[in-house]
Amino acid sequence: MIRLAEQFRRSLAISEKNIKIYYSKGPVIVFGLLFPLFLALAYIVGRSISLREVLPGLMGMTTFFTATSVGPSIIPWETRSKTLERLLCCPVALWAIILGDVLSSFLFGLLISIIPITFALILNVGLLNFVVLLFGMIIASMCFSALSVLLSAYPPTDIPATSMMLSSLVKFPLVFISGVFVPIEQLPSWGQYVASLSPLTYFTDLARQLISGRSFYPMAINFVMMSVFAAIFIFAAIRIHERTLIKRLT
Amino acid sequence: MEPAIKVQNLTKRYGDVAAIDGIGFEVENGEIFGFLGPNGAGKTTTIRIMTGLLRPDGGAAFVAGYDVTKNPIEVKQRIGIVPEVSNAYVDLSAWENLVLMGKLYGISERRLQEKIKLLKEFGLYEVKDRLVKGFSKGMKQKLLLCMALVNDPEILFLDEPTSGLDVESARLLREKVKQYNRDGKTVFLSTHNMEEANQLCNRLAIINRGKIAAIDAPENLRAKSMELQYIEAVFDKSLNMKEISKCPSMGETSFSGNKIKIYTANPFEVIEFLVDFAKGNGLRILSLNTMMPSLEDIFIKLIREKEACQ
Repeated sequence: MIRLAEQFRRSLAISEKNIKIYYSKGPVIVFGLLFPLFLALAYIVGRSISLREVLPGLMGMTTFFTATSVGPSIIPWETRSKTLERLLCCPVALWAIILGDVLSSFLFGLLISIIPITFALILNVGLLNFVVLLFGMIIASMCFSALSVLLSAYPPTDIPATSMMLSSLVKFPLVFISGVFVPIEQLPSWGQYVASLSPLTYFTDLARQLISGRSFYPMAINFVMMSVFAAIFIFAAIRIHERTLIKRLT
Repeated sequence: MEPAIKVQNLTKRYGDVAAIDGIGFEVENGEIFGFLGPNGAGKTTTIRIMTGLLRPDGGAAFVAGYDVTKNPIEVKQRIGIVPEVSNAYVDLSAWENLVLMGKLYGISERRLQEKIKLLKEFGLYEVKDRLVKGFSKGMKQKLLLCMALVNDPEILFLDEPTSGLDVESARLLREKVKQYNRDGKTVFLSTHNMEEANQLCNRLAIINRGKIAAIDAPENLRAKSMELQYIEAVFDKSLNMKEISKCPSMGETSFSGNKIKIYTANPFEVIEFLVDFAKGNGLRILSLNTMMPSLEDIFIKLIREKEACQ
């Protein structure tokens, strides 16, 4: 237990290092801030829909893009600069390194996602339960961050742009099938089935429930599914990174 | 007392190629052990296994009393590593790099503050808040040594630590290695710099194509290679090659004008012959030197012998 706590402390040190180094990197700014902003503007501008209708999708999109913007690039970057080898030389378990990356990605996602929720409060949109929404946002950010670190596991490239591009190939389809633009209940049955495979679906549905009062899934299901996805992504990220590690070092 | 490092029948393959092939050696506590070999010989792979970065395909490595495969975290906690390629975080300052390392070794905040002395010792205190991306190669290498020392390790692994450094930085680093060894640290030094190995190491292992060619003290390795000694003599006139070939104990010989170089395992006989030869032929010896084999000569000889056996 002491060992676990010690490894967790080392994860926090890795996370702190990531915040100092990677938050200001160009691709993170582009994919984590500018991209969701312009996508949101394209979605809102010129359309006569109420803020209450727009906000759940906007929050889902913001949380998803920001929480997945840091993760895919860290390990390729560190492979290239050989700092991954430096970390692995230290008495830190691989799971602790991965967790450190997930935590830094999570914090970035959470901090930026606070912006739309603050807008909602300022504009008095009338959130049904702010605390539950914040809790949902925390779980969603953790889930998406874990996904982003998983996306950097394969192929074991040392080119951040390659990892970013490949992760975009996964991220964009997910945005379109997750009820961000069209509520899930308005999708055809096959669309609803496909949507259930995306972790983003459950956060968008939760946000819609807490903002406009209607949802497709019960709230508990949304929380459970996001947590299950987060656990699967973290576990898979650790396992795949373990397997691909030797290719990164040689 | 248990050795600081014990390697037994260690093997690592990359596809069909054996990077290291059943090597074994021991490093005693407090020793500076050199690991000498050409590029691609298996030096870095061996270090990576001993430091818990790679898993071997066969054999075992024990470092600081722990099996590296079974207890990699315990091993890493007790060692410090200066890798072949500089890998400090260039977007962090020197002090931030040191603090990060300290935290990754579980060093408390209070003890970490004391580690500033390392930067002072290596002349990096004045630039401690500067980003590492602006550092010269020598400064980066000094910082890497500071980072490797942050946990006060029992064993230091140095992989080509002075490669590409200017003379002054290389000298400082060697002095520091000697100093830390005097303070009780065991040093495992991988290098292809013969002179560095000769200056620093108590014992040397010579590795080629994943196999150990020899392990011994540098002076013993020299003694084992007596036939690599040579006599270099300069006469006042050019020589009669036919007469000279009567010289006893003569190995490979080369002429260049009035200068002769004779390899021999028995330099005394050759010197006596050359003196008599000069007297008998009305020649004067302008200079006469017995040259001991350099570590490089021994290294090449051992590698060739090993290759011939394979």
